[in-house]
Amino acid sequence: MENLIGLLVAVPLLGAALLLCGGRRLDGKGHYIGTVLAAASFVIGAVLFADMLGRGEHDRALHSKVFSWIPVGGFRADVAFQLDQLSMTFVLLITGVGTLIHIYSIGYMEHDERRRRFFGYLNLFLAAMLLLVLADNYLLLYVGWEGVGLASYLLIGFWQHKPSAATAAKKAFIVNRVGDVGLSIAIMLMFTTFGTFTFAPVLTNADHASEGKLTAIGLMLLLAACGKSAQVPLQSWLGDAMEGPTPVSALIHAATMVTAGVYLITRSGAIFNAAPDAQAAVVTVGAVTLLFGAIVGCAKDDIKKALAGSTMSQIGYMILAAGLGPIGYVFAIMHLVTHGFFKAGLFLGAGSVMHAMNDEVDMRKYGGLRKYMPVTFVTFGLGYLAIIGFPGLSGFWSKDKIIEAAFAKGGTEGWILGGAALLGAAITAYYMTRVMLLTFFGEKRWGTTPSPEEPSAEPAAESAGAHTEPHPHESPSSMTIPMIVLAVGSVFAGGLFSVNDAFLKWLEPVTGHSHGDSPLSAAAVTAGTMVVLAIGVALAWAQYGRRPVPRTAPRGSLLTRAARRDLLQDDFNHVALVKPGQYLTRGLVYVDHKLVDGVVNGTAASVGGLSGRLRKLQNGYARTYAVSMFGGTAVLIAATLLMRAV
Amino acid sequence: MIHAATVHSLWTTAAAAPDKIPSPDIEYGQLLPTLIVLGAAIVGVLIEAFLPRRQRYVAQLFVSVVALAAAFAAVIGLAASDYGTSKAHVAAMGAIAVDGPALFLQGTILLVALVAVFTFAERRLDPVVHGNRVDSFAAQAAAVPGGEAEKAAVKAGFTTTEVFPLVLFAVGGMLVFPSANDLLTLFVALEVFSLPLYILCALARRHRAMSQEAAVKYFLLGAFSSAFLLFGIALLYGYAGTVAYSGIADVVDGQVRNVTPALAGTMGNDALLLIGGAMVLMGLLFKIGAVPFHMWTPDVYQGAPTPVTGFMAAATKVAAFGALLRLLYVVLPGLRWDWRPVMWGVAIVTMLGGAIVAVTQTDVKRLLAYSSIAHAGFILAGVIATTPDGISSVLFYLAAYSFVTLGAFAVVTLVRDAGGEATHLSKWAGLGRRSPLVAAVFAVFLLAFAGIPLTSGFAGKFAVFKAAADGGAGALVVIGVISSAVAAFFYIRVIVLMFFSEPRTDGPSVAVPSPLTSSAIAIGVAVTLVLGVAPQYFLDLASQAGVFVR
Repeated sequence: MENLIGLLVAVPLLGAALLLCGGRRLDGKGHYIGTVLAAASFVIGAVLFADMLGRGEHDRALHSKVFSWIPVGGFRADVAFQLDQLSMTFVLLITGVGTLIHIYSIGYMEHDERRRRFFGYLNLFLAAMLLLVLADNYLLLYVGWEGVGLASYLLIGFWQHKPSAATAAKKAFIVNRVGDVGLSIAIMLMFTTFGTFTFAPVLTNADHASEGKLTAIGLMLLLAACGKSAQVPLQSWLGDAMEGPTPVSALIHAATMVTAGVYLITRSGAIFNAAPDAQAAVVTVGAVTLLFGAIVGCAKDDIKKALAGSTMSQIGYMILAAGLGPIGYVFAIMHLVTHGFFKAGLFLGAGSVMHAMNDEVDMRKYGGLRKYMPVTFVTFGLGYLAIIGFPGLSGFWSKDKIIEAAFAKGGTEGWILGGAALLGAAITAYYMTRVMLLTFFGEKRWGTTPSPEEPSAEPAAESAGAHTEPHPHESPSSMTIPMIVLAVGSVFAGGLFSVNDAFLKWLEPVTGHSHGDSPLSAAAVTAGTMVVLAIGVALAWAQYGRRPVPRTAPRGSLLTRAARRDLLQDDFNHVALVKPGQYLTRGLVYVDHKLVDGVVNGTAASVGGLSGRLRKLQNGYARTYAVSMFGGTAVLIAATLLMRAV
Repeated sequence: MIHAATVHSLWTTAAAAPDKIPSPDIEYGQLLPTLIVLGAAIVGVLIEAFLPRRQRYVAQLFVSVVALAAAFAAVIGLAASDYGTSKAHVAAMGAIAVDGPALFLQGTILLVALVAVFTFAERRLDPVVHGNRVDSFAAQAAAVPGGEAEKAAVKAGFTTTEVFPLVLFAVGGMLVFPSANDLLTLFVALEVFSLPLYILCALARRHRAMSQEAAVKYFLLGAFSSAFLLFGIALLYGYAGTVAYSGIADVVDGQVRNVTPALAGTMGNDALLLIGGAMVLMGLLFKIGAVPFHMWTPDVYQGAPTPVTGFMAAATKVAAFGALLRLLYVVLPGLRWDWRPVMWGVAIVTMLGGAIVAVTQTDVKRLLAYSSIAHAGFILAGVIATTPDGISSVLFYLAAYSFVTLGAFAVVTLVRDAGGEATHLSKWAGLGRRSPLVAAVFAVFLLAFAGIPLTSGFAGKFAVFKAAADGGAGALVVIGVISSAVAAFFYIRVIVLMFFSEPRTDGPSVAVPSPLTSSAIAIGVAVTLVLGVAPQYFLDLASQAGVFVR
């Protein structure tokens, strides 16, 4: 069984190698190869899962060493895998959702001539992500971490002919680098503290290290998580990352990669448990981001960017839960899994809509699509109900637990966190209802006839292609089937996990669990959640359901305008980081030119001058040479004698 | 009558006591490498005497190659029978040491000589003269340059096949030089390998006057330095009452065994030791080309036929550094607090001097000459370490450096114009566009000289600098690295010139060599890369071989 673990990573890696090195020969069947290998990886995962279920809950973890990677003196870093319940959960999510999205992409990317390459990148992503969650040490995890960063960069910029996509890819990569630096520093700190990177010794010895060091490690891990999971303050790349093809947004930037930060924090739980200050930072980041993302999501008219804001917000919930310690780890992962289903479903739905609408992303130009795209409507609707936490659906079970856990933190902190989580739930209900209403309900706002109140709505510069009237249609079955499967997951996964606390019992041996003591009863929290949910939905209905929606966005309030600009994140980064950075580099360049180059050129010039003078000694006369030898010998003898005299 | 009686009594005394002179006990088997080479050299002389001209070239080449290969096999055989390690001892009545460094250096010299003989035998580069293929050497060395006799000799298709026995004699001397275990053997070996080199330097086919000038300068200055060396030996004898290394070392350590009555007044006089030691050192530093005894190097390297320059630059340096190591580690270890500071000074001026003057050179052979001076300084840094690592790093450096040098000079023979080799750097401009392969190979050698990683130059430089730093010569390493930086400038400048300049319209062409030179260059590149990429085996070998017998 252990050998199968390596195969999990190797199979998609083989796919990537085949597809990226195989050349044009594979153009015709590349997408099938990619999909079959992804599915094979899922099957291996399922076999391992069945095997794991067959064993007692305390000896479920498997370990497999592939080879010794860096043996240096007494230190060793191995390429070794560890498959426990936490990794298993991720493996099934990654390969399962991954396979569905491969299938979806067959249809979605049908007309793209670089489809083979796209599937190669997708397989590369799967391999890297599996490496990330299966590694048994932080160094190998880092390899996977960088691998998913690379795959993400390649896929965001997949349509590199669009400058916006190329820029977005670069932005994602650079912002992620900031987080990566955090991870590398954390790993170095671990090495100096524990002398190893391997999870088991690091985590079991975490109690023995000084709290200061653990706090430093924890904060650096948090920085890494912020980068990969688009949490404040490193959130700015996720919205732009929607420039990538929609399946990518669904797989990488909603369901799997962006949750790597949650995995990292949960996996390093022992460190955070022993470093309360770092934990406080984690919950703060989580709470701020869940509100930040939700507010941004309210203001976006681009359907994918609205969903991206929502992703940010939902991961904020997970980070919040992970920061709560043993009260929250299980629920963080549970929400991660249910979110993986419904957010992937929502993105695929959005992709399906865009596919039907000539790649139009502005929701103000949708409207009334429920009649034209029934399957998309139903699956998207189920995802919508799941994400807002409609009772009985997946999101309800997981999000409710997180809100409960936030209150259970206790004290003022608990009230603040619980309040933020509740407020987030209300805003979630609002913006998701808005997306739903704008897209599928109301009047149709597409077509060439401009609505009477907006005579000059179409900007003159738009290309001719945008003027052809869209003919909304249902997507092909390769796209709808994955959507249906994900919708089923969105509906039932949460309930299934909660029957008999199945998920809690499954994960508890790895992450630990404690109940905390909540000032509010579970019923009270649920009731409160229902109330804010209803308020959110009602507000959205009042604003977008009852009144016709204008095709161009109204100017809006100050907050709306700020939220449209992602709450000024880019302006902030520009003023706080880019400008000072530019001044710094300009200063450094100045110093380099004037000072460093001056010294270097001066040295070179003086060496050259010296050389020119010295070579004159070489005048070609043997007598001069002999004198030089004679003088040299004299000095040699004198120096030797002098040494003795001294 | 009295005279006759005295003579008679001398005769009879000598005849009466034959058993008082012990017959020398020579371990011929252990001297086999030297004996093979010298024997082949004599065979070469006989070939010159008795074979018709037409057949000499092939016969000489065959004898040289076979002899050098056989001698190398003998070295390997000795090393395999543990003469380099556990069975190391002093052979031939205390004259010759058979130990690790000696065998390692002899092996290196023999391989270098073998490859050098390939370049000596090259006959495809110069244009055919009167239907005869010619090599780099004068048609008839004794003919006056430009005179009627020379023209006649060229027309008759004469070639100087004597170069092969001359090389073999030189190699024979070089084999003895690093293994000499007494000062007289050292001196004899020095002369045995120097004299053939003087002659070889004078034998260039083109620019004969320059070649002869170089030879005369080399000879004059070499004789001058030999005089110092010999005087130093005399002083050391006066100090120790013996010329044997171990005997001198004993006296230096204060363990005088028996005072020779005639030397009672001078023995143990430290002034003699210090002055004599400095003079012997000077003799060796001259061969190494250390500043300020280096001034012959550029002129001789430039004037000598390029194959000879390559051989000299590589093999002489190996032999001379071997002798220097033995002198400093076996004879004068008790004196190291005296010689180390002095050698520090020599190493510093050698590294800086070589590197700085090379910056403004315009002739590729002179450039390589100054580069060899700078490299002598780097190697001296390893010598000064006075640790076992110092010995092994110097051995490794010598092996690595000698193949780079041979290869580089072999490439120089290929770039030619109407006047023969085009050695002026301006003519090398744009060579990389015309002959990318040759330029790339030369670039590899230059990078190795500069000590860029993945070349043998880096591994060697790293080893000597590390040994020097561990041996407490950190400041020397700093200066070495600064010199390397200066040196990198002129190596890389040549690469820039070859690859990033417009080719000149009247630029040289690259001759297509025979397999001989091609294989010499290929061996150079291969050794450079192998020692650069996987140096560990050879470093281990050098460190196994790094113990001197005493």
